[in-house]
Amino acid sequence: MLCERCHERAATVHVTKIVNGEKTGYHLCEQCAKEQGEIMHPFISGNAFDFNKLLSGLLNMESSSGFAPAQTTQLRCSSCGMTYNQFTQLGRFGCPDCYESFSSRLEPLLRRIQTGNSHTGKVPVKSGHTIAQQRQLEMLRRELQQAVVDENFERAAELRDQIRALEQGADE
Amino acid sequence: MSLSDFLQRAMSRWMRDGGPDDDIVLTSRIRVARNVQGYPFPILQTDSHASDVIEMVGKAIEAAPVKELGQYELIRCRDLSALDRQVLVEKHLISPDLAEQEKHGAVVLRDDELVSIMVNEEDHIRIQCILPGMRLDDAWKLATSIDDALENKLVYAFHEKYGYLTACPTNVGTGIRASVMMHLPGLVLSGSINRLLSAVSQVGLAVRGIYGEGSESFGNLFQVSNQITLGETEEEIIGNLQSVVYQLIEHERNARQQLLQRNRTQLEDRVSRSFGILAYARRMDSRETLERLSDVRLGIDLGIIQGVSAGILKELMVTTQPAFLQKYFSRELSASERDVRRAALIRERLRLDDTEVHG
Repeated sequence: MLCERCHERAATVHVTKIVNGEKTGYHLCEQCAKEQGEIMHPFISGNAFDFNKLLSGLLNMESSSGFAPAQTTQLRCSSCGMTYNQFTQLGRFGCPDCYESFSSRLEPLLRRIQTGNSHTGKVPVKSGHTIAQQRQLEMLRRELQQAVVDENFERAAELRDQIRALEQGADE
Repeated sequence: MSLSDFLQRAMSRWMRDGGPDDDIVLTSRIRVARNVQGYPFPILQTDSHASDVIEMVGKAIEAAPVKELGQYELIRCRDLSALDRQVLVEKHLISPDLAEQEKHGAVVLRDDELVSIMVNEEDHIRIQCILPGMRLDDAWKLATSIDDALENKLVYAFHEKYGYLTACPTNVGTGIRASVMMHLPGLVLSGSINRLLSAVSQVGLAVRGIYGEGSESFGNLFQVSNQITLGETEEEIIGNLQSVVYQLIEHERNARQQLLQRNRTQLEDRVSRSFGILAYARRMDSRETLERLSDVRLGIDLGIIQGVSAGILKELMVTTQPAFLQKYFSRELSASERDVRRAALIRERLRLDDTEVHG
C-alpha cells in the first residue's frame, strides 16, 4: 500500500480517528506521518508496539481520575523500596512483595488487563502445600475462637490439638 | 565446512522437523515465567542477587528430576560473544532482551534445543519449549514437567490469590504465554487477513507479524498468542488459543484452494518467479528473502514446486539472518556484503535439493 499523501513510499502508519462518533482512516508513510504530526502517538514512536508505554498509560490514566495523587505517591514497597510512582513509570514490579505493598491499587489494574483477579491454574507443589496448610490453620483457628465463645470446651480442646499437630508438621 | 554439515550442527530441532499441520503452523511455543521467593526481580537485582539466582538454577538442573528430562547446559551471557548471543536470538531460543543482559543473564539449553530456560531476563526464570507443528499440548506437558522438576530445588514466589508472581502484572497468575507461529499466505493474498486478525484480537489473543515492524508483516508469518494469564487455568488458556488456531488453519486452507481454482496461472507465475529469484539472484535483502520463501513454501504446499524440502522456509528464515550468515562465513559482514552472501547461501541450499517446477 502506498502512502496516501506522497504516493511514493510504502504506507507504514495507519491512522484511525474517531471524532464525534465518526470514524475516518488513512494510511501514510512514516515521513509524511511525521510531517502531519500524526506520529505523536506514543505507540508509533520507537520500533515496535511498546507494551510498557501502554501499561504506564493505563496506570497514569487511572491516577489522574479519582484517587488523590498524594495518596499514591507515598505508597512504597517495604521490601525492595520501589514506589508506586516508579512502578507506573516502569510497568514492572521490583520484587514479589510489591504485589502486597500495592494491593490497594492492583485490583483495578488487574481488572483492566486480565479476565479475573484470582489465580485458578497450577499451584507449585512445595509452596502450594504450605499455602493449603495455612488456609487450613486459619480456618481451624477461627473455629477455635468460635468454640471458646460458645463455651464448647471439648470441641476447643480437639481443635487446639489439631492446630498443634499441623504447626509441628509444618516445622519439620 | 560444507553447508549441509553446518546446517546439521547449527539447526535446532524445531527448524528441521515437521509436525501436525505444519503446512500452516511452523511452531508451537509455551513460555512459563517463574521467580524465586525472597529475591528482587531482575530489574532491581544486584550482581550478587543475579549470581545467586544463576547458581540456584544451575543446581536445580543438576538434580535428578531435571536430568531425567534431557541433557542441559547452563551458559552465562558474559561467556558468549555478542554474535553467538545474536544467533540464539535468531534461533528463537533467547529474547533480544536477554541477549543484552550481558552481566546478569544466563541461559539453559537442552541439547536438542527444544527447551531453553532464560535466567534473569524480565523474570528470574522463563522456561520455553518450542516444538515444530501444531503441538501446543505437548509443549505444555514438556514445560510443566520441567517446571515441576526445577521446583524441587527452588522455592517459587507464589501468592495464594494472584498465583505465580511476575515482574510485570501482564504475566501474573499462570505466567504462561502460549504462542503459535503461522504461515498465512492464502489469507494475505485473498485480502481477508485483517478481518480475521481483528476478530482474533477480540477474544483475548494477540496477533503480530514475526518479522517487520508494527502491523506490517514480512513473509506472511504471524504469531498468535494469549494475552490473559490470570483468571483462567493453563488448560483453558491453551484450549482457547488452540480452537482459534484450528479455525485459522481451516480458513487458510480454504483460501489456498480458492486461489488455486480461481487464479491458478497467476499463482503458478508468482510462485515460480519467486523460486527463480531465490535460485539465481546474486543479492537478496532479508525482507525479499522472506517474501520469496513464503511464495515458494506455498508452491510446495500446493504441489506447484516439487523436490524442495518443505522445511526450507523455517530453515532459511533463520539461517539467512545477519548473525547466522556471519557465523557461516565466519567473518563480520556489512549489510551489503550480507545481501550478497545471503543470495549465495540460498542458491547453495537449493542445490542440495533435487528440484522440479511444474507448470
